[in-house]
Amino acid sequence: MVTASVEQRVWDALREIADPEIPAISVVDLGVIGAVDVGADRVHVDLLPTFVGCPAIGVMQRQITERLTELGVAPRVEVEVSFDPPWTSDRISPAGRERLRASGFAPPAAAPSVSGLDELAVLSVATCPYCGSRNTTLDNAFGPTLCRSIHHCEQCRQPFEQFKSL
Amino acid sequence: MTELDPATRDALAALILTVADDELVIGYWDSEWTGIAPMLEEDVAMSSVSQDEIGHAAALYAMLGELTGRDPDELAYAREPDAFRHAPLLDHPRTDWAFTIGRRYLYETADAARLQALAGSSYEPLAQLAAKMRREERYHLMHVDAWLRRLAAAGGEVRERLVAALERLGTDALGVLDAPDDEALLLSAGILPEPMASVRARWLERIGGPLGELDLPVPSGGPRPGGRRSHGPDFAWLHGEMTMVSRSEVGATW
Repeated sequence: MVTASVEQRVWDALREIADPEIPAISVVDLGVIGAVDVGADRVHVDLLPTFVGCPAIGVMQRQITERLTELGVAPRVEVEVSFDPPWTSDRISPAGRERLRASGFAPPAAAPSVSGLDELAVLSVATCPYCGSRNTTLDNAFGPTLCRSIHHCEQCRQPFEQFKSL
Repeated sequence: MTELDPATRDALAALILTVADDELVIGYWDSEWTGIAPMLEEDVAMSSVSQDEIGHAAALYAMLGELTGRDPDELAYAREPDAFRHAPLLDHPRTDWAFTIGRRYLYETADAARLQALAGSSYEPLAQLAAKMRREERYHLMHVDAWLRRLAAAGGEVRERLVAALERLGTDALGVLDAPDDEALLLSAGILPEPMASVRARWLERIGGPLGELDLPVPSGGPRPGGRRSHGPDFAWLHGEMTMVSRSEVGATW
């Protein structure tokens, strides 16, 4: 019982940490928190990068370490970058998808499977976060950060970004 | 997997280094398009793709650090040019846009075949990272495939430049999927689930379709032996560029 409540406190603290690149969404809603293991002498958190080369990984690692150290649930805090399981855009929570949309980012479409080299149709139609239209075009599969693509809404004529499906 | 014997561990480290160096070097070459690509969208795309490649290299150097105790930053920035183990395909400068697209096509498709194999590696950290990288690399494949078709269909000088690039690079491209040192050790440990020769055969089959359909040259011939061990003046120049900041203040952190 005691352990369960400590774990709950850790998750609550993690929910307060915003994604450094898209502050509207927390690291928990973004799905980058993997296994959390609370022991008597240490708390261990797996951090699952969205993209391998994401420059915000170090910032997240530091923020999580600082916040959990401050929480004081264990003398040692370990935040380890892990690819097990690999982060996919399906890890973004329903609440996270809604927060993305509300701040002008189209949430990702369902993550594509990785069965073959020929499966290149990874980009689905994005829904405009402003007017909800699916009459949108992809301007660039690459955007201002590794995880974002650039789109245009034919309906309300707004440019917008999508969190990429991965 | 059980504890690796020293010879197998060394072979694994050498294999990881080849992939890491390939990714780092193509990332640096193509990042040169930032600001001068043929259109704004491509400034952004090439910057993003290059950032991915350099990020993959960083993750691989970190893995190598865990395995060998070597410092990942030193691996990336404190080695002499001839200690790099990238393939001869990546010794060429970026040249023009057609050359960059031709090389990217050959490299990305070969890398995809290699990652597919490595995702089945018995060395779990490598298998996990390869699986993750494959998801990102599909965007690169889609991007370069679209450009290859566009340049091939353009005709005239554009197509001529693309054909010339593919002719010039075909042999070196085969070297990306050369058998690594001590391949037999890697195969018996399951670190490499299949010989690189079969990965190469699958790659050639995969690109034969699109290249044939576009009437573009298919890689042929025999790769330069030992091509991963010696690099020419173009790479020496790039090496100077990419290590400039770290050399200017040795031991600095950033």
